Amino acid sequence: MRLAVCVKEVPEASARTRIDPGTLRLDRGGAATLNPFDAHALEEALRIKERTGEGEVVAVMMAPLPAADSLRKALAIGADRAVHVADDALAGSDLVATARTLAKAVEREEPDLILLGQQGGDSDGAVLWSALADLLRLPVVSQAASLELAEGKVAVKRQTEYGYDLIEAPLPCIVAVSDAINEPRYPSLKGIMGAKKKPHETLNAADLGLGADEIGEAGSRTEVYALADPPSRGDSVRIEGDGAAAEKVVEYLTERKLI
Amino acid sequence: MDFDLSDEHELLRTTVRAFAQERIAPVAEELDREHRFPYELVAELAELGLMGIPIPEEYGGAGGDTLSYAIAIEELTRVDSSVAITVAAHTSLGTMPFLLFGSEEQKREWLPELASGRRLAAFGLTEPGAGSDAGATRTHAELRDGEWIVNGSKIFITNAGTDISACVTITARTGDDEISNLIVRNGSPGYEISTPMRKMGWRASDTRELSFRDCAVPEGNLLGPRGAGFKQFLEILDGGRISVAAMGLGLAQGAYDLALAYSREREQFGRPIARFQAIQFALADMATEIEAARGLVYKAAWLKDQVRPFARESAIAKLYTGEVSKRVVDRALQIHGGYGFMDEYAISRLYRDQKVLEIGEGTNEIQRMVIARHLGL
Ligand SMILES: Cc1cc2nc3c(=O)[nH]c(=O)nc-3n(C[C@H](O)[C@H](O)[C@H](O)COP(=O)(O)OP(=O)(O)OC[C@H]3O[C@@H](n4cnc5c(N)ncnc54)[C@H](O)[C@@H]3O)c2cc1C
Ligand SMILES: Cc1cc2nc3c(=O)[nH]c(=O)nc-3n(C[C@H](O)[C@H](O)[C@H](O)COP(=O)(O)OP(=O)(O)OC[C@H]3O[C@@H](n4cnc5c(N)ncnc54)[C@H](O)[C@@H]3O)c2cc1C
Repeated sequence: MRLAVCVKEVPEASARTRIDPGTLRLDRGGAATLNPFDAHALEEALRIKERTGEGEVVAVMMAPLPAADSLRKALAIGADRAVHVADDALAGSDLVATARTLAKAVEREEPDLILLGQQGGDSDGAVLWSALADLLRLPVVSQAASLELAEGKVAVKRQTEYGYDLIEAPLPCIVAVSDAINEPRYPSLKGIMGAKKKPHETLNAADLGLGADEIGEAGSRTEVYALADPPSRGDSVRIEGDGAAAEKVVEYLTERKLI
Repeated sequence: MDFDLSDEHELLRTTVRAFAQERIAPVAEELDREHRFPYELVAELAELGLMGIPIPEEYGGAGGDTLSYAIAIEELTRVDSSVAITVAAHTSLGTMPFLLFGSEEQKREWLPELASGRRLAAFGLTEPGAGSDAGATRTHAELRDGEWIVNGSKIFITNAGTDISACVTITARTGDDEISNLIVRNGSPGYEISTPMRKMGWRASDTRELSFRDCAVPEGNLLGPRGAGFKQFLEILDGGRISVAAMGLGLAQGAYDLALAYSREREQFGRPIARFQAIQFALADMATEIEAARGLVYKAAWLKDQVRPFARESAIAKLYTGEVSKRVVDRALQIHGGYGFMDEYAISRLYRDQKVLEIGEGTNEIQRMVIARHLGL
């Protein structure tokens, strides 16, 4: 069983996210961490490997070189191998170019199952897995709250607003996991110390056979024209907490016959 | 000269920090209030390899260095001292004697279950009549028909009486002018353990009085050569001081973090109190002393990892962090005003937990004596 897990590095939740007004891109300069959703995907891959007693878990990431820290964390937690796609030419890649790059990197591994987090904690796109499925022509199930493997297929409980969908898909396929699927483990001290000894491959775009026009800004379909604060809602009323705030809220709502 | 930690040390720090924040912080107040030993947390720490950090892998430990150990203890104490001292006493006082002085057979017998954290070990040095003057031990053991017959008592012994405590290593007089270390298995007839002592701080940690009445211990439970006990316990304490120093550092950092956050939130005279220069200066002084403390602790750990003499530096680090943690936690509570005096505020627990850092494993005065001796006085 070969399991590929796509992991991303995102700014730490406590850090203030900032868009660079010059490049119009997210400022990724501050403290960063392994995307929390992807920790669930990795945990699920490790549990599958532990349950079946065999297999290999490879963590795949596209990110600039310093993000190697997050990949090393994935190795410390238990991934067997890491593949890091890093190339200055990738800067400015949008969903399309990112998916294209990851598709190439993942394809090379010939995995039976590809796991992703439901969404990136920075952009909360929750789209990459479908783009990946389209490029790799593979079935995809998202929002997985549980996952069972059977002969040549996977059975997923897909969390929805109204309950669960039970979906089966033949292997190989792509599953994006929700954060309800499991509780990720912490890396053990042995895992931390052993991470450096595990294979950690760094690839550039040429290694994946990607041309300059397929990646970066050239390979992207998104163009950011301008940035602006969300427009203020003209009719909003601000009630300050001065001791009588609750009464004012009730009064306001009653006036409008809302309660 | 390189002040950067390695990638491994950084990842260990963020891991233990996350564990302390997510797993310990939510229950710390309750464990303290109920004087409840943190069995579940010890099991989780064992899972992560944190109950035997500096013990080699061949004996079931994690095979980490002293710096890793210090960083882990620092991060645990930042959130809760009871959990941290449970780990530190188990590792430095309970388990280390086996690694340092045990025969190969004793190491194989005891270390795997201790270093993995499945069982805990204690070290019984202090007696009612022998505290700072630990050589004044009165507990004695007499060799009779292939067994040591132990009589005497010990006091303030950490980790001795939990459900998972395996043994205590005690100092005992085995001759007129002779002290030896003996391993006493929990459950040995004649070995009695008091109910948990009630304490001002470290309330979730296990502290007991021990008494030995004609307690028979197999002759083979002698640790190292007969009569080496005095030298052995001094060496154990030298190493243990690094972990207590790491506790002082962690406690100071934790108190500072709480004070910094609180000072930004709390408003008086129409602004956050952090805007008052008096508060800013207090925080600046705290940050300065913590930075100095960290340098001392890491240097002592580094020296030990380089297999170089570290006894002077570990005593300096222990003394300094003991005193810095007192100043920092005192100012940190002051910044909290009346709220800091309330049990719901973590700072009040840190304040109570701090004091013993100036007493355990050698009081401040004893550290000064050790340092003075290294000055050639
Ligand atoms: C260094 C960097 C620069 C970027 N610059 C731009 C830019 O200039 N313009 C722009 O529009 N977007 C940019 N992006 C955003 C990038 O294109 C998004 O990662 C992509 O659109 C996926 O969307 P998402 O993050 O919302 O992922 P989601 O769809 O929310 O993510 C779902 C899952 O996909 C996987 N995944 C997502 N991204 C990666 C990755 N990079 N490596 C491995 N797995 C991944 C994870 O498992 C994740 O949980 C940049 C990203 C990075 C890392
Ligand atoms: C919570 C807790 C846990 C502990 N855990 C353990 C444990 O696991 N194992 C263990 O063996 N012990 C343990 N101890 C005991 C601890 O190490 C002793 O309390 C400590 O060494 C001091 O001994 P004492 O309490 O008898 O004080 P004393 O030695 O009686 O000291 C009283 C005062 O006199 C001062 N003093 C003594 N001699 C001198 C001198 N020559 N010059 C100047 N001043 C001096 C001391 O500094 C102190 O201020 C623990 C203690 C506590 C409180």
